[in-house]
Amino acid sequence: MTDNSGAIPLETDTDKTAPGAKVLEVRDLSVDFGVEKKWVPAAIGLNYEVRAGEVLAIVGESGSGKSASSMALLGLLPSNSRVRGSVKLSGRELIGPDAGRIREVRGKDVAVIFQEPMTALNPVYTVGAQIVETLRLHNAISPDEAKERALHMLDLVELPDPEKAFKSYPHQLSGGQRQRAMIAQSLSCDPKLLIADEPTTALDVTVQAEILDLMRHLRNKLDSAIILITHDMGVVADLADRIAVMRRGVIVETGTAQQIFSNPQHEYTQALLAAVPHLGQGADSADVDVTAALAAATHSELESVDPEELARRERENEEALKVAAAEETKRKGEPVLELTDVAIEYPKQGRVPAFRAVEGANLVIYPGEVLGLVGESGSGKTTIGRAAVGLLPVAEGTMRVVGQDISAAKRNGKQLHRIRRDIGMVFQDPSSSLNPRLPIGESIGEPMFLAGVAKGAALQGRIEKLLDQVELPRSYRNRYPHELSGGQKQRVGIARALSLQPKLMVADEPTSALDVSVQAKVLELFQGLQRELGFACLFVTHDLAVVDVLADRICVMQRGRIVEQGTRDQILRNPQEAYTQRLLAAVPLPDPEKQRERRELRAQLLAAGIE
Amino acid sequence: MSNTKHFVAPVEDTPLRATDSLRTDQAPLSLWADAWRKLRRRPMFIISSLMILFLLFVAFFPGVFTGVDPNNNCQLSNSEAGPTAGHPFGFTLQGCDVYARVIHGTQASLSVGVLSVLCVLVIGVTLGALAGYYGGWLDAVLARLGDIFFALPLVLGALVITQLPLFRENKSVWTVVFVISMLAWPQMARITRGAVIEVRNADFVTAARSLGVSRFGALVRHVLPNALAPVIVLATLELGVFIVAEATLSFLGIGLPTSVMSWGNDISAANASIRTNPSILLYPAGALSITVLSFIMLGDAVRDALDPKSRQR
Repeated sequence: MTDNSGAIPLETDTDKTAPGAKVLEVRDLSVDFGVEKKWVPAAIGLNYEVRAGEVLAIVGESGSGKSASSMALLGLLPSNSRVRGSVKLSGRELIGPDAGRIREVRGKDVAVIFQEPMTALNPVYTVGAQIVETLRLHNAISPDEAKERALHMLDLVELPDPEKAFKSYPHQLSGGQRQRAMIAQSLSCDPKLLIADEPTTALDVTVQAEILDLMRHLRNKLDSAIILITHDMGVVADLADRIAVMRRGVIVETGTAQQIFSNPQHEYTQALLAAVPHLGQGADSADVDVTAALAAATHSELESVDPEELARRERENEEALKVAAAEETKRKGEPVLELTDVAIEYPKQGRVPAFRAVEGANLVIYPGEVLGLVGESGSGKTTIGRAAVGLLPVAEGTMRVVGQDISAAKRNGKQLHRIRRDIGMVFQDPSSSLNPRLPIGESIGEPMFLAGVAKGAALQGRIEKLLDQVELPRSYRNRYPHELSGGQKQRVGIARALSLQPKLMVADEPTSALDVSVQAKVLELFQGLQRELGFACLFVTHDLAVVDVLADRICVMQRGRIVEQGTRDQILRNPQEAYTQRLLAAVPLPDPEKQRERRELRAQLLAAGIE
Repeated sequence: MSNTKHFVAPVEDTPLRATDSLRTDQAPLSLWADAWRKLRRRPMFIISSLMILFLLFVAFFPGVFTGVDPNNNCQLSNSEAGPTAGHPFGFTLQGCDVYARVIHGTQASLSVGVLSVLCVLVIGVTLGALAGYYGGWLDAVLARLGDIFFALPLVLGALVITQLPLFRENKSVWTVVFVISMLAWPQMARITRGAVIEVRNADFVTAARSLGVSRFGALVRHVLPNALAPVIVLATLELGVFIVAEATLSFLGIGLPTSVMSWGNDISAANASIRTNPSILLYPAGALSITVLSFIMLGDAVRDALDPKSRQR
């Protein structure tokens, strides 16, 4: 492709690397960062290779060095880094004295898709201009030719209206469209190697599923080698041919997707796979065959599954649903949280009019019950959570919390103050929800001190007990938040929320900022505490699999409305609303076989939806 | 490693460790302890703080450094005379000992600087924090009020204020402090307001509010401590600026009364002999520069230490 001048390379490639040829060969790659005059290793002696048309997934948790090592391939690391070893791109060495050549390679032979398309695209240029820039930087072509090719690329990434997208600024596109535009830009010079750094992490599940579909189509069309960097086993199962598992800078296991998922050898891989929450694999009840449930609910047939086999699975599912319905205990007691036709607005600020985020919401939580509130971004799930704590006013309808009408309580008034003592709240980001200037013991003790529950030695005793409950050592009382890891901070957040022994706990995506293995531990802890202390919980999350682990009941929201609610079995075994079905089908399963079935089903669902 | 080979790292080399393991061996560190740990190793911080300690010592105990009475021992016969034994810097136009005047002038200059910074901190942080935290009309009113004072140039504003009947007759250190704080608080208020607005919407403030902390309580306990870093930096930098401002005002004859010894007054008086004996000017000016430089260096070092971006661990 060195001499292509203007020709659209996708069709007229002559010297493309033969299928299956090695595109990238990495030998003994080590990356270190200089911190306070010491070298801290980020990646140690990595060896891997990627062939044309192949997807290598590099999986690992935060701090495993998966991103640092991949950015090192392109020389995109900050100046305090040191890279050693050998990286050969189609036989050309990228590391060493000729590092200046790397810029030539960047964007042309190797392209990167970043996690956050909003920040990776320049907001002051149109999408088209940015693709044209990339094209003309690496090819001697006229602006008109470049435009033609840019439009072709936008069409290739399945944007509905390429002409319109070409003239749009990044903020005018939705998150999924931006990621498509970003992919179009990356692919515009027909790279031999594509590095996708958490390409779907910032996206909603349904959008993520679409982007994954797109990447699968493109791989078949383009024959590029792809390195997929991700922490999400579901994404890996959906896309990867081969997998490298990284931890603390070292590759602990590599193999085909089949080998890794069905026969993981290294302890860490096994632990990681076990920590991933499966949708349909609740904490203690029987596994739910969501694929069969969806097939039954939508009367679909699957090519990849034998009809009889599917029928058997569907029957099993129906029976389990009946059993669950019979077993369902009567909910008793006075509701802890009760919403009746609630509408919630963000009040108008200056000239910005009020925005109605939730409309006509009805839901009830009884004592000791966990209600999972699920929805994609902008669905209003967090809004309901915040209103339940009185942080947002209720515009219409009534919201009763622990028997008191919070919608009628005056903002910042005494009554609201009293109601809040019965509610605990856990926030999404453990780093920002703790005051960095207060030792964690004080953060935990503050609500108790203010409520006059305990003082002095009694207060210290209560703080120690709470630390015990969240399994943190008592000596941590005097530590500051920045000394703790994310999971530990979140445990402090839970301890603080528990400090006044609330009757209702509002948890707003408490685990979405954590690594999978940490998430598993925090969820386990949360569940244990919920059973032990018996508080009711409104668990807000975008992750269906997490809800599945915890919730007794599930409530699905879309665009400010509750579209479906019911017990866990009702929602997972017999989803009725089209949106719920689409949502369930979009959650990738950390198992390549099952994910293939699910993918087919999802395609059918979408096709049915269009008709 | 071929395409199909299943590679597993030896488990002995990569043992499984507990997830989210706890570190109990290290001593707890707060932001301030962290900053102190970093400052201790900065030569700039060490030099500047030693100099400031020395200056404070001079200000409190001028008698230790000179036995000469700076004001009442002036003899015109010594006018503009060069250094002699016991009078290392020579004599002024009026025949006073320059060395003694420089030593005794430290007190006035430093106290103007320190007192002005304290006043500016009290006014600026209070108004800025209230404006930033509560917003709305309060913010609008305070912002406009600050703009009015911000628009006044220092010298012009000082001229107007000191010519008010109240101040014309009884000038003292306090009048200069009053003038400087009146004209300098808006900048402090702006910095505080910005920092408070940034922290106001942080999750931990919402968390505190949802756990029953009152609105004002959250400001005092959660917002302000997190908004103080830029304020402290600005305060150390402004200390130097205020000492210069005092010198400027005294030089122009609208600052300290001539009865108070200060470097500004001495620089002003040395104006007359700049062609015949410039060293009379250089000594108080040099003392002023060194003092200002020390405070600015300290401000720089503190800013670097408190910058969250440079924090590790």
